[in-house]
Amino acid sequence: MKTRWLWHVLGLLVVLVLAWGAWGVAPAHAADPTPTPVITDDQVNAVAHTLYCPVCENTPLDVCGTQACAQWRELIRQQLQQGWTVEQIQQYFVDNYGARVLAAPPREGFWWLAYVVPPAVILAGLYILYRTMKQWYRPRQATAGEGEAADAAAASPSENAASSADDDYLRRLEEELRRRT
Amino acid sequence: MLAHIGYGALLLTFLLALYAVAAAVYGALKGRPEWVESARRAVVLTWPMLTLSVLSLVALLVTNQFQIEYVASVTSRAMPLYLKITALWGGQAGSLLFWSWLMSAFTFAVMLRSWQRDREFLPWVIVVTMVTLAFFLSLNLFVENPFARLWMTPDGRVIGAMFRPHGAVPFTPRDGNGLNPLLRHPGMIAHPPLLYAGFVAFVIPYAFAMAALITGRTDARWIHITRRWSLAAWLFLSLGLILGMRWSYDVLGWGGYWGWDPVEVAALLPWLSGTAFLHSVMIQEKEGLLKHWNMVLIILTYALVIFGTFLTRSGVLSSVHAFAQSAIGPLFFGFIGITFSISLFLLMRRWDDLKSDMRIESLLSREALFTFNNMVFMGILVVSFWGVIFPILSELVTGQKVTVGPPFYEKATGPLFALMLILMGIAPLSAWGFASAKRLGRLIWIPAALAVATVVVLVILGVRSVWALVGFGLVAFVAYITLGEFIRGVRARMRRGEPVHVALARLIARNRRRYGGYIVHLGVIMMAVGIIGTHFFASETQATIPQGGSISLGHYTMTYDGLQEFYANDGRHVARAIVSVYKDGKKVATVYPRRDFYLDSQQPMTIPGVRSTWLDDFYVILVDWQPISVQGATFKVYHQPLVNWIWMGGIVFIIGTLVAVWPEPDPEEAAAKRKKKRATRQRPVPRSARA
Repeated sequence: MKTRWLWHVLGLLVVLVLAWGAWGVAPAHAADPTPTPVITDDQVNAVAHTLYCPVCENTPLDVCGTQACAQWRELIRQQLQQGWTVEQIQQYFVDNYGARVLAAPPREGFWWLAYVVPPAVILAGLYILYRTMKQWYRPRQATAGEGEAADAAAASPSENAASSADDDYLRRLEEELRRRT
Repeated sequence: MLAHIGYGALLLTFLLALYAVAAAVYGALKGRPEWVESARRAVVLTWPMLTLSVLSLVALLVTNQFQIEYVASVTSRAMPLYLKITALWGGQAGSLLFWSWLMSAFTFAVMLRSWQRDREFLPWVIVVTMVTLAFFLSLNLFVENPFARLWMTPDGRVIGAMFRPHGAVPFTPRDGNGLNPLLRHPGMIAHPPLLYAGFVAFVIPYAFAMAALITGRTDARWIHITRRWSLAAWLFLSLGLILGMRWSYDVLGWGGYWGWDPVEVAALLPWLSGTAFLHSVMIQEKEGLLKHWNMVLIILTYALVIFGTFLTRSGVLSSVHAFAQSAIGPLFFGFIGITFSISLFLLMRRWDDLKSDMRIESLLSREALFTFNNMVFMGILVVSFWGVIFPILSELVTGQKVTVGPPFYEKATGPLFALMLILMGIAPLSAWGFASAKRLGRLIWIPAALAVATVVVLVILGVRSVWALVGFGLVAFVAYITLGEFIRGVRARMRRGEPVHVALARLIARNRRRYGGYIVHLGVIMMAVGIIGTHFFASETQATIPQGGSISLGHYTMTYDGLQEFYANDGRHVARAIVSVYKDGKKVATVYPRRDFYLDSQQPMTIPGVRSTWLDDFYVILVDWQPISVQGATFKVYHQPLVNWIWMGGIVFIIGTLVAVWPEPDPEEAAAKRKKKRATRQRPVPRSARA
C-alpha cells in the first residue's frame, strides 16, 4: 500500500516535470527561429568599406560595382545577421582571399616595415637637417639699432612701407613708385 | 598606306634623335659648333616628323581602319568623332606615341630660343632630351607599335604585326572594341594629356640641370632659363591632378575624389618633388644657396616622372588606372636605373663646385622656413613612395600582395600636410636673411587672433569635431596671413594715390611671381577647406525604395519618381532614374543618376546625379533597379559638405600659377633696353634732322 502511494507521487512528479519541460520548451520553440535581425545596407557598407574587392584592382568593396562584389556584400549581410563581429568578418575575408582585402597591411611580420620605414626615413632626414642647420647656423651679431629697426618695422603696420629695409618686395615697390612720380 | 607613313615617320624620328645625340656629343667634345648646330637642326626636325606620325594614327582612328590593331582595340564605329581622336591616348601604344610627340614639341620650342648666352648648354640639353625621346620611340618601334596591323595565322590566331608573318593573311574585324568607358568623360579626355604635358615639361629643367653639371657652369643660370618651364610643368601636372580628381568624382560613382590609388599617388610624386623644387630654387636665385639640393630635387623629379609613366603604362601595380599592360616594364626599369645612376654620378663629380658658403642667420628667416617646407614635402613624398612600392615589395618577399589604401596615407600624411599649411602661411611673412621671433610674432598675432575668432564662430555654429576645428583654424590662419599680404601691398601703393583696384592690379602685375604664388596659396587654402569639409562631415546612406519612396540624409530627402531605359546613339544602353531632391522639405532640384552600359566594350558606367551648391553636394547613385518588381530601385546617397571648394580652389590655384608663369621681361634685357633708350634720348639731334 505504502509503495503504491509512492508510485503515485513519483508519477505525479514525472507529469509535473514533463509539463514544466513542455512549458519551458514550448515558448523557446515558439520564438525559434529567432527573428532574423534586419541588417541595413548602411551596416553592410560600413563593414564593406573596411575591405577591398578581392579580385578587382584597388576598389573598396562597398563601392565595387561587379556582380562578385554584390555577392560578397550579401555574404557580409548574412554574417552580420548571424552576429559576426567586424573583426571576424575581416578575418574571414583575409583567410579566404589573402591580406590584400584589407585597406592597409596587417601589423605583423614583414608588413611591419610598411609602418616602420617612413617614420625612420623621416627621422633620419630630420637628423640630417638638424646637423646641416647646425653647420649653417651663424647667428647675426645684431647691433642694437638693427634689431630695433626690424622690430619697429613690425610693430607699426603703417610704417611697414616706409621701413621696408627687411622686405625686398616693398623696397622694390617704393623704387618703382618713385620712378613713376 | 597611312600606317606605313606613320611608322616610317616614327622610325625616321628615332634615327634623327640618335643622330642628334651622336652629333651633339661629338661637337661638344671636339669643339666643333657646326656639329652641334647640325644636331640642333635634327632635333628641330623631330617634331614635324612625329606630328606626321601622330596625324597618320589619328587619320586611321577617325576612319575606322580596324585592320590596325590599335584602332580596333580603342575605337568602334558607334563612337563620336571627338572620342576617336582622343583614343590617341586611350591605349598603351597611342599614349606612348603621344608622350613622345609632346616631348618633341617641347624640345622643339627649347631649340628655337636664343642660345647666344648659353651656347655651352646646347649640346647637352640635346643629348638629355633626345636620349629620353629615343627611349620612348624605341618602345613604340619595338614593343608597342601603334601601326601594327592584324593578321590571321594559318592556325587561326589573330595577331598584330607590322609586316606579314609567314603564311598569315590580313584580317579586318567588322568593328572595334571601343574606348574604355572610363575614358569617355570630358575630365578624362583632358586629364591624360595634361598629366603627360606636366611629366614631359619637367624633362626640360632636368636637361638644363644635367647640362650645367656636365659643363661645370653651376651658377643659377640654368634655373633662370628653366624657371618658366618648371612652372609650366607644374601647372600642367597640377591641372592634370585636379582634373583627375574631378573625373574620379564624376565617373567612378563612389562619392569621392581621391582614393590614394597607386597610380594617383604615382602622379602626385613628381608634383611633390616639383613643388619642393619650385620653392627651393628661389633660395638659390636669391641667396645662391642650396645648389646641391636643387640638383637632387630635379634629378628626383625626372626619375619620378619616368617612374610615374612606368607605373601607368606597365601595369606593375594593380590599379584602376593601369588600363594598358604590356611587357615594357623591364625596359622602363632599366632606363630609370641608368639615367638615375648617371645623374647621381654627375652630381657627385660636381659636388665641390656646387658648394656655397651657406649661412643661415635665423631659423625663422625665409630661407630656413623654405628649407623646412622642403623637408615636409620630402616627408610626404617618402610616405607616398613607400606606399606605392610596398605592395610590390610584399609580393616579391612574401608572395602576397597587400593593399596600401587611405587609412595608411591619411594617418601618415595628415600631420605633414598640416605642417605644410602652417609653413605656407608663415614663410611669406619672414624676411630673407634675418627674422626674429619677436618680429614674426608681431606680424602673426592679428591673423592668429582672427583664426581663433573664426574657430569660436564655428563652435557657436555647431561644429564639434576637434580635428575639424583645428583644421579650419589653421586654414583660417593661413588665409588671413595671405590676404594680409595683399592688403599690405595695396595699402603701400594706395599711399601714392592709386585707387584700390588699380593698386591691386599693379601690385600683382609688377611682381607676378610673388603674388601669383600667393594666389596659388589661396587656392590651396580653398582646397583645404573642401578637404576638411568632406573628410569630417561627409555622410552617406543606401536603401532600396519603391517608386514614390524616399530616402533622407541630413537636411535632404530624395524621392524616386521613375526610371527610363533607352538606347543612346553612341552605343550605350542607358537606365536613368528620375529623382527629386528636397532640402528642408522644399524641392530644390531634379537629378538623373544613371547606369550606362557600353555595348561595344560590354562595360557598365555609373554616373551620379548631383545637386551642387558652394556649400555642399547631394550626390545620388543608382546602384540597382528592378523595373517590374515592387522593390523599385536601390540608391546610394552621399552628402558632401564644401566639396565644391576643392574645384573652386583648383581654379584659383591654376589662375595663380598662370600669373606666376606669365612672362616678365628678362631683368638684364630690360636693363639693356632702358640703357639704350636713355642713350638715344641723350644723343644730340643732328642739324639736318632739326631742319
